[in-house]
Amino acid sequence: MTMIETPAPTTPVSHAPAIIDPAVAAREAEARQKRITSAQLYLDGVHVSFDGFHAINNLSMVLAPGEMRAIIGPNGAGKTTMMDIITGKTKPDEGDVYFDGIHDLTLLDETKIAELGIGRKFQKPTVFESQTIYDNLLLALNVDHSVRGTLFWRGSRGEAERIDKVLETIRLTDSRDRLAGNLSHGQKQWLEIGMLLAQDPKLLLVDEPVAGMTDVETHQTAELLKAINRDNKTVMVVEHDMTFVRELGVKVTCLHEGTVLAEGTIDDVSTNDRVVEVYLGR
Amino acid sequence: MTPHFLTRTLDRSATIFLLIVAAVGILIPLSNLLLPADSPLQVPTYLMALFGKYVCYAILALSIDLIWGYCGILSLGHGAFFALGGYAMGMYLMRQIGSRGVYGNPILPDFMVFLNYKALPWYWYGFDMFWFAAAMVLIAPGILAFVFGWLTFRSRVSGVYLSIITQAMTYALLLAFFRNDFGFGGNNGLTDFKDILGFNVQADGTRAALFALSCLALIVGFLVCRAIVTSKLGKVLIAIRDAESRTRFLGYRVESYKLFVFTLSACMAGVAGALYVPQVGIINPGEFAPANSIEAVIWVAVGGRGTLVGAALGAVVVNYAKTVFTSGALAPYWLFMLGALFILVTLLLPKGIIGTFNAWSESRKASNSANADSAAAEDGVTKPHLAEKA
Repeated sequence: MTMIETPAPTTPVSHAPAIIDPAVAAREAEARQKRITSAQLYLDGVHVSFDGFHAINNLSMVLAPGEMRAIIGPNGAGKTTMMDIITGKTKPDEGDVYFDGIHDLTLLDETKIAELGIGRKFQKPTVFESQTIYDNLLLALNVDHSVRGTLFWRGSRGEAERIDKVLETIRLTDSRDRLAGNLSHGQKQWLEIGMLLAQDPKLLLVDEPVAGMTDVETHQTAELLKAINRDNKTVMVVEHDMTFVRELGVKVTCLHEGTVLAEGTIDDVSTNDRVVEVYLGR
Repeated sequence: MTPHFLTRTLDRSATIFLLIVAAVGILIPLSNLLLPADSPLQVPTYLMALFGKYVCYAILALSIDLIWGYCGILSLGHGAFFALGGYAMGMYLMRQIGSRGVYGNPILPDFMVFLNYKALPWYWYGFDMFWFAAAMVLIAPGILAFVFGWLTFRSRVSGVYLSIITQAMTYALLLAFFRNDFGFGGNNGLTDFKDILGFNVQADGTRAALFALSCLALIVGFLVCRAIVTSKLGKVLIAIRDAESRTRFLGYRVESYKLFVFTLSACMAGVAGALYVPQVGIINPGEFAPANSIEAVIWVAVGGRGTLVGAALGAVVVNYAKTVFTSGALAPYWLFMLGALFILVTLLLPKGIIGTFNAWSESRKASNSANADSAAAEDGVTKPHLAEKA
């Protein structure tokens, strides 16, 4: 196993220059005081039903800033629906969803939520297949996303450097000019994680990142996510692969029928009677 | 206009295309005007008018390719924007007739006198001025597209549902323009044009100038489209086409992008219609027929969706075929042939003429370079790391 090495900790990708405008600074300070919670992500009493089917049932969960959380649970437990709610794809019938303690996510749409700094990797890798890997990352960069901004966009050295860094992290530097559609399944998963990195969000929602990966790739992905998390990003990972979850070594939440069944260390959760009954099996 | 911008916008096929259009736009009018009528190289006026029609169709096809080929918006009602541009130009031409009409009314066009209009309807004001009409050629289709797009894209109507609504839109306009009391000449439309900017519409010189202008408009339209699709905005459009919700989750306001490109495309279609009307000498509600819009989509599919050059080529090729076949014994079967052509292209050449050619030339290039690099590939240099196993 010569390949396995911890991916270089992702160097903090620099944000746009800090805002110095005093009016903006004052507004931000005021917003900080208005925070209703210090949590990065706060879900309370969330409820969603589709045609009478209760997909999410009184779900409450709190992610602290910089925390990494693994979500497990049987199929239909509401894991993906929860991510849909957080990213604005689905509106909850009831309950509060707050980001950064100030943003009520139930009032915002996908674009706005993405702009706030929530990135998402889908269960089925979704990359722009007819474009190159480089262009995929270019599209993901958190720069001006307005029509005018992209029409008159001219590449800058800073942007190119950021993309190069991401390419290195996800080990696709040599394939940068290949079409994303020609990548293997595992590489697409990594490219999508790379797009998350380029987006530079505060919160990453990662849905089944190691599905269809070899053991080596699974291990590398765990290392990559840990490196991302060390970079002060809050990460929520949904995964079925228990070896992978164990390797992450973080707090685990088990969902069942749209609500939290158990929460704690992997050992606590995996020995919980109810979890064993509905999910892990005896 | 930096060199970077030019190299980005003009690849080889784009350059060849522009050179051909420019050559056609200069040589055909010159041959028509300067060569003696008995010379074999002289392009007769009727043929030049026919080609002028094709060029206008090519601009319409470009506008459809911009939204369909690059952003996945399949408009089956683009003929409506074309016809609106045409009507704006037609209104100008009607007002230029003045007292030379059959009824000799200096203000009211003939059909209004005939229908007992007492005064010019308010929406005909200003069309006696060319600049106003020219502005309306862009504004009328642009506003319709903006309002239509704003309502549909914001409510996330897409795919086949959007296509159906665009059909309904053009059909509704067809019915409206057919009505005599709508004020646009009813089913006869606008015709009997005399002159444009003081020049006789029928004169060879005017026709040659209109032809050259159409080619110029095609060139400008093509450059605008190329500039858009090769910009970062073009990459966003393709991203929307291939994975709309993914694009949204990256923080792009998809509806704004669609609205921008749809409105721009409608304006282009309007220009095509405006150049078409003086060359064919009539505009009537038939131009709003849903079948026209579907035909225009077929041109793009035949030429090659998402290639721009292909769209223009498809418009010319299909319309030339139409001219040939509808003037002979096969005339009653033209629509069957058009349908068969669409089915055959979809089945056998799903990328269209240009798309298939590009794929073929690329695969040839790739196999050439693969032979050259085979030594390097064997060293594993090009193998991606992730796939490597210890």
